[in-house]
Amino acid sequence: MEKKDKNISAMSTPAIGEAGFTGDWRDMKPVIDHGKCIPSVKNKPACYLCWLYCPEGVIKTGIPVEIDMDYCKGCGICAEECPAKAITMVNEGDENG
Amino acid sequence: MPENLFKVNKEEYMLPGNRSCQGCGLSLAYRYALKALRENTILTVPASCLTVLHGLYPTTSVTIPCLNCTFASTAASAAGLVAGLAATGRTDTTVVAFAGDGGTYDIGIQALSGAAERGTDFIFVCYDNEGYMNTGTQRSSATPMGAITTTTPILTKEQNKKDMLKIMEAHDIAYIATTTPAYPIDLYDKFVKAKRIKGTRYMQIHVPCPPGWGYPPRDTVKMARLAIETGVFVLFEMENGKFRFTGRSKSLAEKGNRLPLINYIERQDRFKKISDEQLHSMQKFIDNKWNEYQKKAEG
Repeated sequence: MEKKDKNISAMSTPAIGEAGFTGDWRDMKPVIDHGKCIPSVKNKPACYLCWLYCPEGVIKTGIPVEIDMDYCKGCGICAEECPAKAITMVNEGDENG
Repeated sequence: MPENLFKVNKEEYMLPGNRSCQGCGLSLAYRYALKALRENTILTVPASCLTVLHGLYPTTSVTIPCLNCTFASTAASAAGLVAGLAATGRTDTTVVAFAGDGGTYDIGIQALSGAAERGTDFIFVCYDNEGYMNTGTQRSSATPMGAITTTTPILTKEQNKKDMLKIMEAHDIAYIATTTPAYPIDLYDKFVKAKRIKGTRYMQIHVPCPPGWGYPPRDTVKMARLAIETGVFVLFEMENGKFRFTGRSKSLAEKGNRLPLINYIERQDRFKKISDEQLHSMQKFIDNKWNEYQKKAEG
């Protein structure tokens, strides 16, 4: 992708945030309770169903699990699919978030 | 926890910050499709939600080379790419056409049928969100009976969904598979398998669409799963004409414990005008489809 082919007149280059900071679209944000989150509790790589089901791919598999809030659109699928109910959706701008 | 979760390719080819809606089913399915296809892939995409996801010139949110083609020519452009790659000796590259249900069932069917008949070596993926969602929910031939769309606002759609899978089966192609974002590992495995097979391969993904179907974005995975549980969408693969159920549909076929259709219908606003008669006829349509599949599975 780096080389520009002279036969191609219009070529897009890949970049993160093509539509800007899509985190601005959120009205609810996901908050992880690390007291319940399975990788944090077991202290080893496990579960990661939030990463599996995130349509955006903004969840980082690690200990602890992290969500990239710049691009999280706040759909709430992670909160819905979390088997330990460790993720809750809170209103954007809430203090305890 | 799914055991093979850790075997999934960790690389992300669909970058965050793209234009897909909140809780987009396509976005989830596409993420895993690209993970499975990896590098050495060329995509060709007609006008669809996927073009929106790919973004506006001069930036794109996908790191795999992609050609934007006209609506009717998806499979034709893929055939052209295959020919071009063969001429330049790059036969290790897979050509993947990714079209929506409009671009497959309605507008793209002629080119697809042509390419399948010629046995072009490519993967055709239809992501079926059951309508022209990109332009604001118009009726397509993939829209199920009883659904409200902006072109069927009063009487709802009166016809049943077209059976595209049967049309593709009639072309005697190498591989046909159906998959859903509710089971990303199943989707991933089927794409990995499809990439290894030679010949025309047709994949269909059933992707829920929150704004088009009228349900909260958080329920995307739940809706995709309910479609499987109620039998609206069936997971199977067909290799050289040999049919077999896969994943959740396999256990549903063995136990026969499908949920009633109402469980799926009642959660979606697009079905709020469905009549009892239509619901009944749709349930019958689905039951008949299942009987057909079960006969095929038995051989």
